[in-house]
Amino acid sequence: MTFEEIQKRAVTEWENWQKSRKPRILVGTATCGRAAGALGILDVINDALRKLKIKATVTEVGCIGLCYVEPMVDIIKPGKPRISYGGLTPENMLQLLEDYLINDNPRPDLALGYFGKDKVDGIPAFFDMPVLKPQIRIVLRNCGSIDPANINHYIANGGYSGLRKALSLKPEDVIEELKKSGLRGRGGAGFPTWMKWNFCRNAPGTEKYIICNADEGDPGAFMNRSLLEGDPHSVLEGMVIGAYTIGANQAYIYCRAEYPLALERLGLALRQMEEYGFLGANIMGSGFDLHIKIKEGAGAFVCGEETSLIASIEGKRGMPRPRPPFPAIAGLWGKPTNINNVETWADVALIMQRGGEWYSQFGTEKSKGTKTFALVGKVERTGLVEVPLGIKLREIIHDVGGGIQNGRKFKAVQTGGPSGGCLPASLLDSPVDYESLAAAGSIMGSGGMIVMDEDTCIVDMARYFLTFTQAESCGKCVPCRVGTRQMLMILQRITNGEGEPEDIERLLRLANTVKSGSLCGLGQTAPNPVLTTIRYFRKEYEDHIHKKICPALVCKKLVSYYIHPEKCRGCGICFKNCPVEAISGSKKMIHVIDQKKCIKCGTCFQVCPQRFSAVVKVSGKRIRVPKKPVPVGMQKVAGKRT
Amino acid sequence: MQNQLSEIFKSYEGEKGAVITILQKVQGKLGYLSREAIAEVARFLRMSETEIFGIASFYAQFRFTPVGKHAVRVCLGTACHVRGGEEIMKAAENKLGIERGNTTGGLTFSLERVACFGSCALGPVMVVDKDVYGRLTTTKVRDILSKYNS
Repeated sequence: MTFEEIQKRAVTEWENWQKSRKPRILVGTATCGRAAGALGILDVINDALRKLKIKATVTEVGCIGLCYVEPMVDIIKPGKPRISYGGLTPENMLQLLEDYLINDNPRPDLALGYFGKDKVDGIPAFFDMPVLKPQIRIVLRNCGSIDPANINHYIANGGYSGLRKALSLKPEDVIEELKKSGLRGRGGAGFPTWMKWNFCRNAPGTEKYIICNADEGDPGAFMNRSLLEGDPHSVLEGMVIGAYTIGANQAYIYCRAEYPLALERLGLALRQMEEYGFLGANIMGSGFDLHIKIKEGAGAFVCGEETSLIASIEGKRGMPRPRPPFPAIAGLWGKPTNINNVETWADVALIMQRGGEWYSQFGTEKSKGTKTFALVGKVERTGLVEVPLGIKLREIIHDVGGGIQNGRKFKAVQTGGPSGGCLPASLLDSPVDYESLAAAGSIMGSGGMIVMDEDTCIVDMARYFLTFTQAESCGKCVPCRVGTRQMLMILQRITNGEGEPEDIERLLRLANTVKSGSLCGLGQTAPNPVLTTIRYFRKEYEDHIHKKICPALVCKKLVSYYIHPEKCRGCGICFKNCPVEAISGSKKMIHVIDQKKCIKCGTCFQVCPQRFSAVVKVSGKRIRVPKKPVPVGMQKVAGKRT
Repeated sequence: MQNQLSEIFKSYEGEKGAVITILQKVQGKLGYLSREAIAEVARFLRMSETEIFGIASFYAQFRFTPVGKHAVRVCLGTACHVRGGEEIMKAAENKLGIERGNTTGGLTFSLERVACFGSCALGPVMVVDKDVYGRLTTTKVRDILSKYNS
């Protein structure tokens, strides 16, 4: 079959699916949807359809990115627009099916939005939702809308036409198209993709390799997982284009073992490509051959670094080596190798489908296109978002993310994971592009964006990231191995209330040594969280060191719990729940915490009924409490006695 | 042992750099990498046991002691940390009566920390075997783990 025939068949299948006479139900069952209970919802739907004797097609789709309303389901009744529903439970799902499929009530109260031109009363247009309005979804265009296990769905939506086009061009013309697009590496460093490809293409030798880096190890990031689960072919198409352009006949996908669903979808996608002749020998009749192999990572953050990743594929300990020579000259098995991130490969496919010029309309002068971000932490609307580069941090956090949860105040946003920095409110208006983020002391990174509110302790955060990088340091070079350890020990001391006045200067000195002396990206960027938090939140460090207080009430050694004698009603719930019997009291008696026994687990604080809110958490001050439990109502007297 | 593993070895005859993949398959079959298993892999690949152990011990995925029937993995990634992942871990430790990285006496549960599951928007997250639990509280953790006890 020629590509045109395959395409025609796929379009027909897609159109028939769209025009199906049966209702269609799409269930978002990516990993995040599953965590929210999507598989339970899927069971409810299948059971209900059987019981209600409704004939409908149920399709599992990827994630559309609105994690805060997971689990999500879309329903398309014949002749009606597609309506998206969120926040579903087994109970309201069942009700929704009855109401909409049988009684024709689309339940606007459960609906998020409708797709397409035909309006539905009482339901907003899906893409007019505040969370979606500032977004431009081009890389994620298919996620949540197509069946990721069906290659025809991808083809019917323009898929593999980019590969078709690339194969009809000379490799240098493909590079020219990429140059026009302005695409830069989405793994975080932002190196121009066309230039990277050109180095490898022009490197001497006939045996070359390309690698897709899907070792998304940054804690707090899941852009690549979502894309691989929701639209695996978009990444694979980009890889075939890259291999053709560079002249590689063997490719690898290095994907974390922690992503079983992504691995499953990739494996299936590769088999489908082979069936259609998009992979293997003589791809689309062009005479070009390519084989793609999946390599599962075995749990080492440092393997996100390209030379470590290569060592790992070769079956060695995943340790980096000095560059040069760069992988473009001597990479896998010593041969020229080109490594790109998952999102970069998907961008390549899109650019070849729609043209470099089209792509370059998005973004800024120096940072073209869009970028996906995993917007998480203390933000109201968490999720996977895609925005044009150059957008302001404020727009992502407040417009897309809906601001801070529970009406709390914004404190900082962390970009770039453990390699990035914490940026304060004063930088919320800076644009999100490679240069601006670097100037602020952070990095673009692969797209993790973690929002923190006033209840997050910035020193604890720095300590957290250092714990991570220190544990993941491979141990090869001294600055990283010893330096991160020393920095971590100082941070632990500070958060334990044992900080010394010189500690900030010590941290800065160490940070600069680790940054400039480490062999690979892990060590070179590990100090960033510490450097930026000292730069923007120095006072918080000083409070910990000099006053021995934690203003955010996070650092355990620096906080105490008290039961407020004027609020305690003697209900005894805290008494029952305290794991170390540090609370004394009985019914109708004001309870008292023994500060010597208290392990500061916070259980009493959590279980005290909200209407009393008698347990208080403080740092650096004491609450006057009776020494022993006294009857409720006697608190005034009790207070005086202490 | 040899018979159990030769099935796995067969498909990697002559393949370059397959050692990590082979170790993953072996662990998938046996639950962990026993000394005997490492010796078998070493013999098949014509490498020393020390070399194999050196590679395996570099990666967090590999275990060298038997594991429990249920793998409990608590995420301590950034997003989960911000939302109290550490408290979830402590609740699991209390409930199971073991510290992270260990297995309960009757080989029922193994408790591990994971750096990130990529389900950050639903943090804090815990995974038991293949079931993912999001938006956890300490009370929910205790209830969930009780479910697996029977």
